[in-house]
Amino acid sequence: MNDFEFLKNRNLQTDRNFASQPYWAGVFKRFFAKKRPVIGLMIVSVILLLAVIGPMVSGYSYREISSVINPETGKQVVARGISPRIPWLHSLLGKEPYTDFFAEKTFLFGTDDLGRDLWTRTWYGARVSLLIAFVTIFIDVIIGMTFGLISGYFGGVVDAIMQRFVEVANSVPRLVIVSVLAIFMPKGIGLVIVALLLTEWIGMSKIARAEMLKIKELEYILASRTLGAGNFNIIFKDVLPNTIGPIITQVMFSIPTAIFTEAFLSFVGVGIMLPQCSVGSLIEDGFNNITTLPYQIIPPILVLAFMMLGFNFIGDGLREALAPKLEDM
Amino acid sequence: MEEKDKILDIKNLDVSFRTSAGTVHALRGVNIDLYRGETVAIVGESGSGKSVSMKAAMGLLAPNATVNDGQILFRFKNSSGEIEEADILKKDKKWIRRNINGKHMAMVFQDPMTSLDPTMPIGRQITEGIIAHLGLSKKEAWEKARDLLLEVGITDAEKRMHHYPHQLSGGMRQRVVIAIALSCDPDLLICDEPTTALDVTIQAMILDLIMKVQKTRGISVIYITHDLGVVAKVADYVNVMYAGKIVEVGNVNEIFYEPAHPYTWGLLSAMPDLSTDDVRLYTIPGSPPNLLHEMPGDAFAARNPYALAIDEKEHPPMFKITETHSAATWLLDPRAPKVEMPAELKARLERMRREAQG
Amino acid sequence: MKRYVIKRVLSALLTLLLITFLLFLLVRIMPGNPFPSERMTAEAIEKKRAEMGLNDPILVQFFHYMSKVLKGDFGKGTSLYYGAPIHTVLKKCLSNSFKIGGIAILLGTFVGLLLGIVAALNRDRFWDVFCSVFSILGVCVPAYVFLIFLQYTFSYKLTLLPYFFDSTDFLRSTIIPSVSMSLFTMSTVARFTRNEMVEVSDSDYVLLAEAKGMYGAKLITRHVLRNALIPVVTVLAPLVVDLLTGALVVEKIYGIQGIGKLMVDAISGEGIDYNYVLALGILYSAMYIGIMLVVDLLYGLLDPRIRISAKGGDNG
Repeated sequence: MNDFEFLKNRNLQTDRNFASQPYWAGVFKRFFAKKRPVIGLMIVSVILLLAVIGPMVSGYSYREISSVINPETGKQVVARGISPRIPWLHSLLGKEPYTDFFAEKTFLFGTDDLGRDLWTRTWYGARVSLLIAFVTIFIDVIIGMTFGLISGYFGGVVDAIMQRFVEVANSVPRLVIVSVLAIFMPKGIGLVIVALLLTEWIGMSKIARAEMLKIKELEYILASRTLGAGNFNIIFKDVLPNTIGPIITQVMFSIPTAIFTEAFLSFVGVGIMLPQCSVGSLIEDGFNNITTLPYQIIPPILVLAFMMLGFNFIGDGLREALAPKLEDM
Repeated sequence: MEEKDKILDIKNLDVSFRTSAGTVHALRGVNIDLYRGETVAIVGESGSGKSVSMKAAMGLLAPNATVNDGQILFRFKNSSGEIEEADILKKDKKWIRRNINGKHMAMVFQDPMTSLDPTMPIGRQITEGIIAHLGLSKKEAWEKARDLLLEVGITDAEKRMHHYPHQLSGGMRQRVVIAIALSCDPDLLICDEPTTALDVTIQAMILDLIMKVQKTRGISVIYITHDLGVVAKVADYVNVMYAGKIVEVGNVNEIFYEPAHPYTWGLLSAMPDLSTDDVRLYTIPGSPPNLLHEMPGDAFAARNPYALAIDEKEHPPMFKITETHSAATWLLDPRAPKVEMPAELKARLERMRREAQG
Repeated sequence: MKRYVIKRVLSALLTLLLITFLLFLLVRIMPGNPFPSERMTAEAIEKKRAEMGLNDPILVQFFHYMSKVLKGDFGKGTSLYYGAPIHTVLKKCLSNSFKIGGIAILLGTFVGLLLGIVAALNRDRFWDVFCSVFSILGVCVPAYVFLIFLQYTFSYKLTLLPYFFDSTDFLRSTIIPSVSMSLFTMSTVARFTRNEMVEVSDSDYVLLAEAKGMYGAKLITRHVLRNALIPVVTVLAPLVVDLLTGALVVEKIYGIQGIGKLMVDAISGEGIDYNYVLALGILYSAMYIGIMLVVDLLYGLLDPRIRISAKGGDNG
């Protein structure tokens, strides 16, 4: 073909740069394109996995006190305050084998002052903390979204009253809510859950309302209304699916807040009660034994920190993936 | 005729940006000349590199930019009264800020709503540059600033000096921005889409203002725009830019009445026009190329209905048509088939010419 | 601006009144006997109730309570401190908490600002990376964990600082709690300042200032800092509140006689001290609402866009 001939059979209307891409495919692509969200996802996955299987593989129960019978005296010996040990690794490194009664046993994180396996307790505690966070945030999402969507959709007086309520609810410090709850409820998981339920929905409702205010002016809602869709249908079928992105992002920031609050309340002594344990109560146990068994406090602190890190990274990543910033040129 | 005095000479400017998506090759060898007292327009779609080339001239490139090649020669009268020529790309930021920015080369940005500091009264925003460059006292600077505000058509100037930007309307703010740009009597004024963000009625007033100060002060102006209406009104010379290159350059008559590049044809066809009978407004198919990817050949080929086979292999050189007019398209090569601009466009340009003369 | 201030102050007072009433209501309708320590017959209890006005309508009771509270009298504790007047206990505790909390917030804000500014000026270089790592650490690790770490290292191992709070050795025993409490503030302020500065540096008006010929320190102080620091004020409100919460555990661990520890004692002991819960609830809510109000007003004062309404803007 001659260089100076016209090119033929071309479709000029095809746009090669901005080929359409499904919305969520774009979000996923942007999310996974960055390092931090992926690291966050990996951290959270590992912690979730260990929280599920960690207590199972150890061979101990979280409330079980390890003990053996001393063959000489016939008396029970409790594995109190044993520092972390892995016998096979120990011998692999060519060190002198352990000589005490628990020479054959593996305690990855050691045992506490009562003789309970800390590996098991740590992951069991992580499981409890995560469960509390997931359950409360799930309910908060439902409450908050319903409240926010209704408030934003109806506007006017309804909105004014509902927002005034949010304002007052938002002006009560969490601490005060907890202390008043402590009057009415026994201390324990229930108190933690109710305290979180009463506070965390507010953020969700604000996001849902803001999204509603944005979306309800769009044409497709008008179209839907013209076609005779009722309020319920518009709120929950047309608008709700479009608020999912920002809500998931908020969830990723609320989960660490919930875990943090639970840890805080358990540490103060109104949260998780014995023999249950959570990350917070484990840190408190560790603190109480810090001078005698300093290794005990390390695993729950690390688990807490990594949970916070993971969820925050995922949240940041999601936020950026949902609303990509144009880069400066 | 006396020798024309060249004040800005951009030679083969090649700039790329590091972004998280990869390296964007934004400018690929840009050449722009500007003579004293003249007005040059740079026309192109968004992302074609118009603003980047001017920011480079101002020494305002973002930190993630890399200059791969080129020169930006600027000639100005230095403090001892001699003509000095400087290559902006070779000078450090501090030198440019001290000797060039505001003092000899000033810029008006696109959006007056965001280009004034919201926490500083506008009087101080104007005097700031005057004090730094001209070494006037605060009081003298204040008086000069007030006169400038009057010059750009702001009444009640003394009172306005104490106002914050949010207390002014968009048109007023753009006048303030122009006053800031003029505050140290620059030789060159760069206007980056100065009217795009404004109401249509105010656009004409701002353009007239810029033309007026240009005439009274005898400064050179570069307009960056995608609005050919603006170009026709203000420019002496036009540079058409596409994908980081100048594809056609000529004086305003040559570009409007004898365009040679198919892209310019597209731009002119896409211009809204009251007297056209066409029901549909012409648009150039597709969208500008993604500059993340290097492309062989002519960047416009993919959208060009007149593309030749060679367009996909090699970038066309600039073919000289007249002393002032040249275009980068293989259609001007002697080996290429003879192509005329679309008949509709030809008729339209003919009509425009008659209107302009009549 | 004046109207805005009055409106904000009134709305804050109203909210506080409403919350106080709710707290009062909730604490007064709680199940149980307000005189748990005394063995009394049913008639004696009834007599005592009438004496204390507990049989009056709740609004009357509230009115009586509030008129005392406004004079600074919160009544007496039911179980804590052997029934000493609450306000004398509060006074001592508030002083300790304010001193330590104040140092923490000042330290956190100041160092945080400094770190954020340095990070923003050295974008993508060492201090920026340091700031980013530091703020991640601050978000992921609670204040009390820092406290435990500092206490273990400096008090227990190195014995450089007191192991518990000691009011006679105030200066030395303030270091550990205020440093650990300031870290969250510090990291958040640092990150926020850094991001604001970067955003402002990329703004059109800073570009215009550069086009004017501004550079270096002048550019930073006149245009970047001023615009970047105004929004930082808004982040201080939630931080002070977090600090209040954080102080609870910090005071408990470090044995500081402060309001946080008082709160823990009031709710986590054997019997709950209702009167302390009520008094501290009002106090915390007042501080909370007050801080939000102050920050709001301060923001309005600093930002001319709020301070001066856009009047006199005409077209052309």
